[in-house]
Amino acid sequence: MTLARLRLAALVAVLCLAAAPFLVSSFSVTLLNYIGVYALVAIGLALLTGIGGIISFGQAAFVGIAAYSSAWVSAVSGYSPWLGLCLAVVLTCSVAAFLGLITLRLRGHFLSLSTIAWGLAIYFLFGNIPTLGNFNGIAAIPPIPIGSLKLSGSAQIYYLIWAIVVVCLVLSYNLLNSRMGRALRALRGGKILVESLGINAFRVKLAAFVIAAFLASLSGWLYAHLSTFISPSPFGAEMGIEYLMMAMVGGSGSPIGGVLGAALVTLLKNGIQDYLPLITKGASGELEIVVFSTLFILFLQRAPRGIVPFVARFMPQLRHVAPGTIAKLPVRAQPAPGYPLLIVQDVERRFGGLIAVNHVSFEVNAGEILGLIGPNGAGKSTMFNLLTGALRVGQGQITFAGQGICGQSQSHIARAGIARTFQHVKLRPRMTLLDNVLLGAHPRLHAGLLRGALRLDRVEEASAHAEALRQLARVGLSDDPFMLAGNLPLGKQRLLEIARALAADPLLLVLDEPAAGLRRQEKLRMAELLIALRDEHLTILLVEHDMEFVMGLVDRIVVMDFGSKLCEDAPAAIRADPRVQEAYLGSIA
Amino acid sequence: MDGTIAGFLAVDGIATGAIYALVAIGTVLIFTVTRVIFIPFGDIAAFTALTLAAIDSKKMPGTLGLVAALAILAFLTEAGSLARTRRLRQLPRAALIYLLLPLAVVGAVWAAIPFAAYEPVRILLALALIMPIAPLLDRIVFRPIASGSVLLLLVVAVALHFALVGLGLIFFGPEGVRTEPLTSFATDIAGIPIPGQSLLIVLAAIAFSLLLFLFFDFTVMGKSLRATAVNRTGARLMGIRPARSGTIAYLLGSVMAGVSGVLIAPVNTIFYDSGFLIGLKAFVGAIVGGLISYPGSAIGALFVGLLESFASFQDSALKDVIVFATLIPILLWRSFASKQIDEEVEE
Repeated sequence: MTLARLRLAALVAVLCLAAAPFLVSSFSVTLLNYIGVYALVAIGLALLTGIGGIISFGQAAFVGIAAYSSAWVSAVSGYSPWLGLCLAVVLTCSVAAFLGLITLRLRGHFLSLSTIAWGLAIYFLFGNIPTLGNFNGIAAIPPIPIGSLKLSGSAQIYYLIWAIVVVCLVLSYNLLNSRMGRALRALRGGKILVESLGINAFRVKLAAFVIAAFLASLSGWLYAHLSTFISPSPFGAEMGIEYLMMAMVGGSGSPIGGVLGAALVTLLKNGIQDYLPLITKGASGELEIVVFSTLFILFLQRAPRGIVPFVARFMPQLRHVAPGTIAKLPVRAQPAPGYPLLIVQDVERRFGGLIAVNHVSFEVNAGEILGLIGPNGAGKSTMFNLLTGALRVGQGQITFAGQGICGQSQSHIARAGIARTFQHVKLRPRMTLLDNVLLGAHPRLHAGLLRGALRLDRVEEASAHAEALRQLARVGLSDDPFMLAGNLPLGKQRLLEIARALAADPLLLVLDEPAAGLRRQEKLRMAELLIALRDEHLTILLVEHDMEFVMGLVDRIVVMDFGSKLCEDAPAAIRADPRVQEAYLGSIA
Repeated sequence: MDGTIAGFLAVDGIATGAIYALVAIGTVLIFTVTRVIFIPFGDIAAFTALTLAAIDSKKMPGTLGLVAALAILAFLTEAGSLARTRRLRQLPRAALIYLLLPLAVVGAVWAAIPFAAYEPVRILLALALIMPIAPLLDRIVFRPIASGSVLLLLVVAVALHFALVGLGLIFFGPEGVRTEPLTSFATDIAGIPIPGQSLLIVLAAIAFSLLLFLFFDFTVMGKSLRATAVNRTGARLMGIRPARSGTIAYLLGSVMAGVSGVLIAPVNTIFYDSGFLIGLKAFVGAIVGGLISYPGSAIGALFVGLLESFASFQDSALKDVIVFATLIPILLWRSFASKQIDEEVEE
């Protein structure tokens, strides 16, 4: 399927939506209105939860803040609903930014639990504010006026709701295909990965959180003026989980899934309300929630990924078109060969009583491959983590390109020009090779959220694509750049990690056991690539276990043992050194 | 607020906190063994209170039907999974565990209710009836996704809670219940009246925590549970079945939740949906303990009880707002205090 066909399909869908009020009953239009209103929240959750991996049970509270804001402005104070919209968006986003600043540093389930906490706190607050009508709520909320037209009928507000939904959908997809969207898609790979790419994970999370709240605020505003009456109950924990259901049912990784999920859940609930009383007499309301929850649990057991990925398997793949000739991204000047690029001075790191790295000093000169070796427990990995900022240096100095980097964050060090790979490959398996490499180029690009969502970043994006393709070709992976990274064998995944690191245009490439788990042919291929990179004046620091691999490749070797530096020399001398032999094989006597 | 009122509030808070502590300890138990954040524990507590109230008034509790229905469902789920993996030879055993055993409990309780003249006997009947619920739910709901992420399990647990609230309304009806106090004893310390019920609650909480401690330290089964909690794969290699450990954890947790339900019923009016707030507040306590530490959870639960007691004196309408808003700083503190590397959420 080409992009043109996809656009045609989208156009047909929009035309169907536009024609709907003329074709279906007014009750169905009302139902469609609510689907649209819920869909906005679900699109936000698709971004936040499905893609960003932040599960929020509290979106209903955001919807509530917006609904109450606008209701208060228009019904209680008598101003225009459009002023209500302004207050709704500003207030909701401010509250979200505030809550996000506090809670988004929380880890794993702590974060989801905090959303339950503030969600409930806000919900209970609605019922206890006298100006907001306590638990009775606010009635007689006026319709939204456009010029002299008041959108009081369900067919009139229909167009406003669905126009907003369609615009939000388009903006979401634009965003996902931009620099910030890729960063958002990388979040689930873990903080270490994201920060090592020079991305500030917290800021990306905060942005996603506020975007989701913004969509919820639009939904809340529409909800208030659609239903003309609000009380606290639709903004409680039950609705919070229902929004989450919508996003998960639809396929939490895609914005369109949010719309589908909202439609499915709303129609299902409506169906249960209609048909359940026919099957069982008497019990209705309580049985609804039972049936509904049961269906949801069954759904999560059978298809935890939702309907969109399920349907997508039967859809034709989108064909990609290679870009033409484009301006290149600016490139850093590599330092002159022999310049001491990285200076490690007397560095120490303790874990409680254990000294993992004990006053180690060495230098990496520009244009060389330095191997850092040592037996298990020698402190190589700790040293690696100190260099890349994953661990804090206890004592000593690390200077990179003339700048001290001790105490700086991982993303800062990455931006300074140190690009790394991982011993246990950290790729985004559900992103294409090209997107994975583009992640590496994140710090070299500048488009923010807004430029991404409005597609004002296309020139820069085209250059970035060309650069990523160039790096893929450099490591020999240019056959199918649109393949999913998870489908590659390990050897090629390691190459892909190097391509991603190269896309950052680094001064120093730090590789953590790049030969681990590779077969002989793959190791040879890897060694060839590293030598080729050095010949292009790239400086490489290699932490490695495989002696054969290291000996044939590096210019100099630093040996560590029990946290201290044992010696530093050329490979041949290291091989002959009795201290190294003792460290690896035990003493002879 | 003078000293007497403060003392009174403190006594009240400690009693409420002790109830939360029982549920909190159960929550930690289940979480460490199965990784499920079992939000529905509060519902189990509420159901116990409702069951006891029904037995007290010589009515057949809705729990009988609920357990029977769950037993049939659990057996069908197990049979289905056995059929899929071609292990139908194990069907009789599955029938025994998931169908006959719970049904036997239901039958025994049903037969015994008309003759239960003494309150302790009625309490035992209620506890016996409530115990199979959580293990059966585990088989039906959580076992098929046991290897899923903590977050998936959490979402499912929340959905399960809503299902249980609906079931509660169907099986118990909308009326609230308040059972007879277990004791009319009362005393006072330094002029602060201390109801016997509060003493009983605190004593029960201490006794059950102690029993759990003894179980963990001095029985093989308890040790196997701890082993599963520390490392599932390792425990498995030692011949401990995580699924079985899970069942035991749910049974034990149910007893804790059940006892808390029995203890709270004479103090507060319990409705079919009262469980959510009990469970959630116990859960706040469990988080103070980092969802790992039993003593930490008990202290956290006491703190929540005290906070709620004093908050409701200051502003009864906003007490829930205060309790849940307090959770956020606690979460922050816990998240930064725990040293583990952040869990990576892969699709």
